[in-house]
Amino acid sequence: MAGNSQEYISHHLTNLTYGKLPAGYVRHDADGTETELTEATWTMAHSGQEAADMGFTAVHVDSLGWSFGLGAMLMFLFWRAAKKATTAVPTGFQNFVEMIVEFIDSTVKEAFHGRNALVAPLSLTIFTWVFMMNFMDLIPVDVLPTIFGAFGVHYMKVVPSTDVNITMGMALTVFAMMIYYSIKVKGIGGFVGELTLHPFNAKNPVVQALFIPVNFFLESIALIAKPISLALRLFGNMYAGEMIFILIALMFSAGAFLGLLGGVLQWAWAVFHILVITLQAFIFMMLTIVYLSMAHEDH
Amino acid sequence: MNINATLIGQIITFAIFVWFCMKFVWPHLLGAMQEREKKIADGLDAANRAERDLELAQEKAASQLRESKEKAAEIIEQANKRANQIVDEAKEAARSEGERLVAAAQAEVEQEVNRAKEVLRKQVSELAVAGAAKILGKSVDAAAHSELLNQLADEL
Repeated sequence: MAGNSQEYISHHLTNLTYGKLPAGYVRHDADGTETELTEATWTMAHSGQEAADMGFTAVHVDSLGWSFGLGAMLMFLFWRAAKKATTAVPTGFQNFVEMIVEFIDSTVKEAFHGRNALVAPLSLTIFTWVFMMNFMDLIPVDVLPTIFGAFGVHYMKVVPSTDVNITMGMALTVFAMMIYYSIKVKGIGGFVGELTLHPFNAKNPVVQALFIPVNFFLESIALIAKPISLALRLFGNMYAGEMIFILIALMFSAGAFLGLLGGVLQWAWAVFHILVITLQAFIFMMLTIVYLSMAHEDH
Repeated sequence: MNINATLIGQIITFAIFVWFCMKFVWPHLLGAMQEREKKIADGLDAANRAERDLELAQEKAASQLRESKEKAAEIIEQANKRANQIVDEAKEAARSEGERLVAAAQAEVEQEVNRAKEVLRKQVSELAVAGAAKILGKSVDAAAHSELLNQLADEL
């Protein structure tokens, strides 16, 4: 049972990975056979170990696929709503989209004081997209992997935001925008000054020169910590939530009593998780706005 | 937890979606919403103005009504006065007419009486003359005694 559970959990936490295995790599298949590759091969990983051995050139097909699919669906829905948008009385889905847009717009107006046409649509994309990616967590953990398993796809991690690549990708994009707008608004000098002249400064030039490396060290850490905390916060929350769903799902195979308890727990955790996924999506969006707002502030 | 090219894929995907949202979604939606907001604000303004207009019109109507009521009352009063006047005049006319008629009748009666008296006087004087002639046995020459006769007639 213990080995089984471990297998179940690690199976659930392994991405469907496509990548290149080097020549001479020995593949260990589930049935115990070993094959040595004669040349470098592009293939689907058959195990977590293979996925890890593929290195940086590999792609998590499931994470990226779900992330792209959900994003494309959202954009399509928004695009349709935007095309139909009239000044007449809005109805149904149009109303719903406008509610979200209004919410994002007021949030951005409150938190972001510069003038930038990018921030509001960026926030809308982040909020809705992250929400949808998180929302995949509420689908019972075994449903989609079972369906895909029936078609011969052995690994399927359906919640893109439990993949650190996804959250880090978004956070790095935000980070790039922060740097870009910092330099654009304050100039190279302003940006470098911001990094080196705070928090310590002195009138005496010699002392100031001594402070510069200290300031640079502190400010660089503060700057780099932003995207990392942004990415890891979302990843950590979603990963932990997913993990708990998986642990609860384990109870279903452990008798009637534990199964029933598992059902109740699953329901309770799902209800709680509705709050978590919305909150995490909101936090990701809010911090993005705040970071970009800071990038636009000229001291 | 392998960091791999998924990261790059996500960055590209993210950039595309943000660009798409910024280009095709956000401006249309927000534009439509702002336009509607403006329309609604205009509509509310118009409603306020209409309400004010209505109030003014009602006030105007009320004042006109009051004015016309006053006028009507005045006219009725005038008419009443005039009617009274006419009745008075008619009464006056009737009375004076009656008086006139009475006076005329009286005058006629008097005239008739006078005439009868005259006739009677003449007849009496003739009778007297005839009587006298009978008494005297001869006819009285009317011409010769006209003075006497007239005196007689006057005395009667």
